[in-house]
Amino acid sequence: MADKKKARLVQARRFLSNGKFVFGGIVLLLLVFTSVTAPYIAPHDPNEQDITATKIPPFWMEGGDASHLLGTDSLGRDVFSRLLYGSRVAMFVAVVGTFFAGLIGVTLALFAGFYRGAIDNLISRFVDIWISFPPILLSIVLMAVLGTGLTKVALAIILVDWTRFCRVIRGEVFNIRERDFILAARAIALGNLRIIVKEVFPNIVPLLTVLVTLEMGIAIIVEAILSFVGLSVEASVPAWGQMIALGRLYIHQAWWIMVFPMMCIITSVLGLNLLGDGLREVLDPRLKVLGMK
Amino acid sequence: MNLKYIFKRLLYMASTLFGVSIITFFILRVIPGNPIVMMLPPQATQQDILELKAQYGFDKPIPVQYGIWLKNVVQGDFGVSIHMKQNVMELIMERLPATLELVLVATGIALLLGIFIGTVSIMKKDTIVDKLGSLVAVLGLSIPDFLWGLLFVLFLGVFWHFLPISGRIASMYTLETITGFFLVDTLLRFDFKGFYSAFLHLILPAFSLALPLTAIVIRVIKSSLLEVIKEDYILLARVKGLSEKAVVFIHSLRNALIPTTTIVGVQFGFLMGGTVLVEIIYSWPGLGKLAVTAIITRDLPLIQGVVLVLALIFVIVNLVVDLLYTFMNPKIRYG
Repeated sequence: MADKKKARLVQARRFLSNGKFVFGGIVLLLLVFTSVTAPYIAPHDPNEQDITATKIPPFWMEGGDASHLLGTDSLGRDVFSRLLYGSRVAMFVAVVGTFFAGLIGVTLALFAGFYRGAIDNLISRFVDIWISFPPILLSIVLMAVLGTGLTKVALAIILVDWTRFCRVIRGEVFNIRERDFILAARAIALGNLRIIVKEVFPNIVPLLTVLVTLEMGIAIIVEAILSFVGLSVEASVPAWGQMIALGRLYIHQAWWIMVFPMMCIITSVLGLNLLGDGLREVLDPRLKVLGMK
Repeated sequence: MNLKYIFKRLLYMASTLFGVSIITFFILRVIPGNPIVMMLPPQATQQDILELKAQYGFDKPIPVQYGIWLKNVVQGDFGVSIHMKQNVMELIMERLPATLELVLVATGIALLLGIFIGTVSIMKKDTIVDKLGSLVAVLGLSIPDFLWGLLFVLFLGVFWHFLPISGRIASMYTLETITGFFLVDTLLRFDFKGFYSAFLHLILPAFSLALPLTAIVIRVIKSSLLEVIKEDYILLARVKGLSEKAVVFIHSLRNALIPTTTIVGVQFGFLMGGTVLVEIIYSWPGLGKLAVTAIITRDLPLIQGVVLVLALIFVIVNLVVDLLYTFMNPKIRYG
């Protein structure tokens, strides 16, 4: 018992002494915090327009107003409040998009990698066709088909990005399948499904965790891309990508409308990438030796 | 390298494109928003709509429509754009050089910058250059190309008016295209001012696309250099008394270039279809911008054409990368 506790402590220390993991973790926690508490901590209604107070600069600049910390946009809406609400959209697409893309990709990868043969051929073939589509264009076409809306954005992300999981995990399952403990499981006549769930799956979890953090960052970027071409959430939903697209029109007069949501996206994606890097270093020391820092 | 393998790959390629075309075709048929209705004035009658539908073949069942489309495509006929009333293939060929020029220059920048930073940070480990290299690698991967594009527009185009941020060349140099590559066309005419203008216009969009790729190149170079450096023949080179520079540049780098070529090749394929936002930001008249216009106007023949051409480029690039890889690495021979 004591040994187990000690092992856990050592593990925790390894996580906490990894700077990338800590930074990424803080960013993720902050994202979760703002997306949950946005309605309580936002100083203004994100959609409240005020034509008498448009393009007010951030508070530290001349003409700034302390009640609008990061200024207002071209319709007089509070940029800071919109950023807080925007984190909800980002978190939604990141969590929902990643979860289902991962679910589809991993399930197919487990079957393809474990059974090989015809099943693998079929799945791999489909993946090959699917990745030949230019991903950005595919997501834009899908949004044109699905129509705008938050769940539609998540759906487009799922439909485009499941292949990322499928390709990487399939290769890993290929390797795991040859290991001794799988042979042992077969020797004691465990069913295939049981081997996949109980023996193979736990062994792809470290790799999967890393993929998940990376995909969350990608999902946030894809939402921004779709917003940018005007095919994302409804206009009434404040989202970072939309704020950037709007801010771009006023880039000469009011840089803050565009810059702050950009900083939000960059920080989030950077945080999630570093979290993934940190996780990889801690969970799989083998990779570190190979120099995959 | 044997012909049988190449033939097998070509067959595989053709079937991939076939799959892509089927999927695109059927996805596009369920797109809401009727391109025909969008073409006609609001007072058009049902009769007008039906007539125009028949004219474009949209009145037939979808599989039949696909059959007709495929038959024409195989003969090199991608149909006529509904919105622009122009031959789809002509439209694509007009825009393709712009995208290709941009992507080629971006890839070149990424390779030069990435190999330089990667090797230097391995040779001078844990110095400022190494740390700076890691920073570039992390930022490059975390900031997508279109955000780089917007940052450059903001800082170098708006705040300092440093570089042009719109189009391919200053408007006074409008020229008839020879190759479609403005850098080449201007030189062929000995128009050095035009060349300079085209060059300036390329810088920001090319760097926007290049930075994420640079980050990838740095990572690959570093990890493969570290791997190679432990090999026996590198030890031998050291024992022979070669300088550290010679060891890194002549012996190690050559081998590190194999994985780099593979990854950059694959990324080049992705980049050809990934220039959409950078093209919009910099008003670059390329394929990506054409595709978005086509999607927004529901120009079905044009969307199909662009997607298929981009998929074709993607699979060809991948095939070439694979063949190059076998060619460069004598350890691998596919049967």
